Amino acid sequence: MPSDTIPEKLDKLARRWLMSVQEYSLFCWQAVTNLFHAPHYWPDILTQADLIGVGSVPIVVLTGFFTGGVLALQSAASLAQFGAQAYTGRFVSLSMIRELAPVLTGLMVSGRNASGMASEIGSMVVTEQIDAMRALGTDPMKKLVTPRMISTIVMLFLLTVVSDTVGTAGGAFVSVFISRQNAAQYFSSAYQALVFADILQGLTKPLVFGFIIATIGCFQGMKTTGGTQGVGRSTTQAVVISSVLIIFSDFMLSRVMLWLFPPL
Amino acid sequence: MTESPTQSDPSAATEHSLEDSPLLFDNVSIAFHGAPVLDSVSFRVRPGETRILLGPAGVGKSVLLKLANGLLRPDSGKIFLFGQEITSMPERLLLALRTRTGMVFQESALFDSLTVRDNVGYQLIQRNTPDETIDRRVHRALTFVELDHTFDMFPSSLSGGMRRRVAIARAIIDKPDLILYDSPTGGLDPVTSHTINELVVKERDVYKTPAILVTHRLQDAFTMVTHRFDAQANQMVALPEGQIDPMTTFLVLHKGKLVFDGPTDQLLASQDPFLKDFLA
Repeated sequence: MPSDTIPEKLDKLARRWLMSVQEYSLFCWQAVTNLFHAPHYWPDILTQADLIGVGSVPIVVLTGFFTGGVLALQSAASLAQFGAQAYTGRFVSLSMIRELAPVLTGLMVSGRNASGMASEIGSMVVTEQIDAMRALGTDPMKKLVTPRMISTIVMLFLLTVVSDTVGTAGGAFVSVFISRQNAAQYFSSAYQALVFADILQGLTKPLVFGFIIATIGCFQGMKTTGGTQGVGRSTTQAVVISSVLIIFSDFMLSRVMLWLFPPL
Repeated sequence: MTESPTQSDPSAATEHSLEDSPLLFDNVSIAFHGAPVLDSVSFRVRPGETRILLGPAGVGKSVLLKLANGLLRPDSGKIFLFGQEITSMPERLLLALRTRTGMVFQESALFDSLTVRDNVGYQLIQRNTPDETIDRRVHRALTFVELDHTFDMFPSSLSGGMRRRVAIARAIIDKPDLILYDSPTGGLDPVTSHTINELVVKERDVYKTPAILVTHRLQDAFTMVTHRFDAQANQMVALPEGQIDPMTTFLVLHKGKLVFDGPTDQLLASQDPFLKDFLA
């Protein structure tokens, strides 16, 4: 049998990609519409919130603190050249709240939870537990996907607030104890720089990122084929795709936010 | 080479007989990635009847079982489950209908994050049944499969045979109207297989639940037709010489086609070359 020519290969690739986008769109639609149809699995939502939210606190705190610290360290040196070291707090808080806290928290939670969801659900698929669930009259989309989606969105929002706070505190720690700046000046600068648009931007992003992490993780898990090797493949793809989508949607959201709330 | 089906004649199904048959396949075909797996398969399961589905490995026996309760959708043909056509039924309605069936999966498919109690009582938990009722019914189902001591254990701490028995308990706890067994003895040693066969015969003779049993082990199939469950002795005993269970009949799949549909004596008397070779 003759092998495919390059245009044929590209055609197949494009078709497969389009099919995946279509499947993912339908999957997301079903996950969202399930919010309006009983039954609702509240205990599962709480369990997932604990696993995703509370379980991610240590890595989010560490990442946020050191990111705020390194921002303060780098910016203090640069700002000092212009005699503007007093603006370190402003620089750190704006960077953390607008961009770094949502994106880094999203990436951390993606690495930890999108992979977890893909591997857990993927293992259930290959061991026929998903079929068993359906055979027992339970909708796996309602039981497994929608609770994870709700929990990830809510908990990523809260984790981002934690990261904002800890990142600003990390910047303060470095500014006060290493760069020898005045703490009151740092916090005053950090607080006064913020406007409503910054907070809105920083707290809208985790809602979108949470949706991406949960739906990509669950989608990759649900379409797992090929035994344990397939589970590994789904896990890797879940992290890669959700991370790329987080960065891409961050860019798009920033563009939209800057258009809606142009800088004064 | 095809043995004409003698037991079932789905094409002649009337509304009345549809309601009577827990399951009916009418010219069902399905293919995966262009390769046909089942081709125009027609048969029915009558009330109280146990149908043993035989065939070589990879012939589509498990696919047929998943089609039977709507876990897969056929490419063509119609499937009636408890008189309702499920081929194009929305998943929402199918979920409710599936609670009337019990399914034992090939590798048990127990939920590994749940205890045996929560696995067996899964359907009851989903219906918010009171805990005391769930405990009582789970104990009863586990006693049936003689595994009451595993109540608080996790599936990972059970042997393969015990998992299969827990899966049977999960399938029967809600007194289903149809049981689908997917190779319940597959991969088990002869002693454990005997225990599982005994449970299937016990379920058949005690509750008279119609069932489809998929197997590629002839020994298991013929154990089913030549034995009955003695409730007093609480064990499976052989039927007198020459007697067979009249409500246990056979289906044989070969290359996607249903090549036999009928009782044991007709199967044994068949002159079909494939069947003779398969039974040899």
